[in-house]
Amino acid sequence: MTVMEQRGAYRPSPPPAWQPRTDPAPLLPDTAPYRVLGTEAAGKADPDLLRRLHAHLVRGRRYNAQATALTKQGRLAVYPSSTGQEACEVAAALVLEDRDWLFPSYRDTLAVVARGVDPVEALTLLRGDWHTGYDPYAHRVAPLSTPLATQLPHAVGLAHAARLKGDDVVALAMVGDGGTSEGDFHEALNFAAVWQSPVVFLVQNNGFAISVPLDQQTAAPSLAHKAVGYGMPGRLVDGNDAAAVHEVLADAVRRAREGGGPTLVEAVTYRMEAHTNADDDKRYRADSEVETWRAHDPIALLERELTERGLIDEDGIRHAREEAEELAADLRARMNQDAVLDPMDLFAHVYAEPTPQLREQQAMLQAELAAEQDGGDR
Amino acid sequence: MTTVAVKPATMAQALTRALRDAMAADPTVHVLGEDVGRLGGVFRVTDGLAKEFGEDRCTDTPLAEAGILGTAVGMAMYGLRPVVEMQFDAFAYPAFEQLISHVSRMRNRTRGAMPLPITIRIPYGGGIGGVEHHSDSSEAYYMATPGLHVVTPATVADAYGLLRAAIASDDPVVLLEPKRLYWSKDTWNPDDPQSVEPIGRAVVRRSGRSATLITYGPSVPVCLEAAEAARAEGWDLEVVDLRSLVPFDDETVCASVRRTGRAVVVHESGGFGGPGGEIASRVTERCFHHLEAPVLRVAGFDIPYPPPMLERHHLPGVDRILDAVARLQWEAES
Ligand SMILES: Cc1ncc(C[n+]2csc(CCOP(=O)(O)OP(=O)(O)O)c2C)c(N)n1
Repeated sequence: MTVMEQRGAYRPSPPPAWQPRTDPAPLLPDTAPYRVLGTEAAGKADPDLLRRLHAHLVRGRRYNAQATALTKQGRLAVYPSSTGQEACEVAAALVLEDRDWLFPSYRDTLAVVARGVDPVEALTLLRGDWHTGYDPYAHRVAPLSTPLATQLPHAVGLAHAARLKGDDVVALAMVGDGGTSEGDFHEALNFAAVWQSPVVFLVQNNGFAISVPLDQQTAAPSLAHKAVGYGMPGRLVDGNDAAAVHEVLADAVRRAREGGGPTLVEAVTYRMEAHTNADDDKRYRADSEVETWRAHDPIALLERELTERGLIDEDGIRHAREEAEELAADLRARMNQDAVLDPMDLFAHVYAEPTPQLREQQAMLQAELAAEQDGGDR
Repeated sequence: MTTVAVKPATMAQALTRALRDAMAADPTVHVLGEDVGRLGGVFRVTDGLAKEFGEDRCTDTPLAEAGILGTAVGMAMYGLRPVVEMQFDAFAYPAFEQLISHVSRMRNRTRGAMPLPITIRIPYGGGIGGVEHHSDSSEAYYMATPGLHVVTPATVADAYGLLRAAIASDDPVVLLEPKRLYWSKDTWNPDDPQSVEPIGRAVVRRSGRSATLITYGPSVPVCLEAAEAARAEGWDLEVVDLRSLVPFDDETVCASVRRTGRAVVVHESGGFGGPGGEIASRVTERCFHHLEAPVLRVAGFDIPYPPPMLERHHLPGVDRILDAVARLQWEAES
């Protein structure tokens, strides 16, 4: 019997008792990215917050430029710049309380720095002296994740554990548009929704996963739409509008903290520079596209708002720039010192107690180094 | 006038040429992976294929390795010959479920009815200063999975030959491409690149009498260098390049060890539970009476791949190989 024949034989029966558990309408994202700057909503924004966002954006931009320059001098192995995306990076860090956790992806050095991690320690992975340069517990920042989307289930697990312990801790996890295609992304969202975990997922949709544009990554109306199927709200926000990103993330964090469960936030932004300093973006995009986005620069947007409303003057802007210069000078000076590395560190943290086999290998390397030293002294 | 053009070419160029020739020869060959289309792959190995054969034959996929390999399984079920690119060694791990639960055993599960002619190209290994997750030597995982062929070239000609053979194979083949050799140049005859060695044959890269270095992939040039250096110490070393880890060429390896009586296995993946253990046992089982010393191993340390600033201490280099060779005088000393 074919399927069609089966269909013909189907006799109507009462409808299934099953009902959708949630009305999808409140879960659906806005059709256009939410904006604050240049709208009436800006009037309600806290001026101090706007000024803080501004200072961090300017610092972040300068940090990106300095780190990229360090790759040219061979001081950094590689740097994935977030120039153009600073509003997302900064808002993600500033929206969290000290007790909350940040789960960054490999491009999110700025968020890590804005959260308070030492700017040099945040670059250790990319400099190549160690995989993670900071203590994750010191600022509650998980290691920058290179494999894409694999940090998202960790965020869910941590948030789940905190809730089991009765702590009102929120985890905010960052991922790129490309990363939303990975299985780990989908599994993380599903767990978070089923467990109603206090997690906020921030997708920075910067248009490309290396060379692959968004329309080859997904056929969904937006990445925020992906939330609905898992049973959590999706929010679409202008990722270059720092005030808007902060407001939307703050809502999501509040909801999570109050027991309202996870939210998926898609911030629409643009990667102004190549994927990393090693990438040739001319192969997959036109200069004109990049130029179009330059007119929607996150720093310019915020500066205009602040200036028009008299919340900052030229002195204030100059002050922000000078502070950013100081950060860059400090970064430059410290990164220009050669890293002092001990090769024996190779064995230091593989296990809590090195295995006998590792002890043997350690002794072998020790002997080699001693021989090298003797050779060098002679 | 028929002079054969023997030009310098890089391993990456030979791989590109192999893909192009295979696609031209057989319309069922399809390439898929992350950034393989317009960008031509992050190592440019698929450069120009999308333009020449269309985006249906060389396809940029969504960023999902399990999806890439899983859809390749379905494509192969329906008669295509997919060649998938995993962008870097450590990014193949999300695809392990598909690889281990399906790709490697579909022929077996279906009593031969559903073979899967899939080629899985994986740039692997260290030595290029890559950040975390860009330098793993994952061959032991693949070798430990029955149903997969595992091959790795060390020369430009072999890169071409092995990739053609992998695509022609009716079984899944994991082609481990030593990324630090991508830009190594060899003289190679691009006008006659058809000399395809069957998968499963090792080759003696340098003959010698006093001991055999058994190696593959990125460690082959290091062993050749060590063999040159060993001449000063009076050692005449033979270097065997395995080319194929599965199937394993016992014949070539054992013939060499029987001649020399001594052997060192060299690879950069960790030694404990690594390929060298298997190789050393096989050699011992087959050549015991010819051996003058235990089969030694020179491998990477048993640690997660270190950050680039420390990798030179981890990777087996000439000195460590020479130390092992010196230890082969074991019997004489004891
Ligand atoms: C599991 C995995 N596969 C592949 C890669 C290689 N890779 C590094 S970055 C990148 C693109 C990421 O794009 P997206 O998620 O949009 O983040 P963006 O780079 O735009 O910040 C790829 C494919 C990886 N790091 N991890």
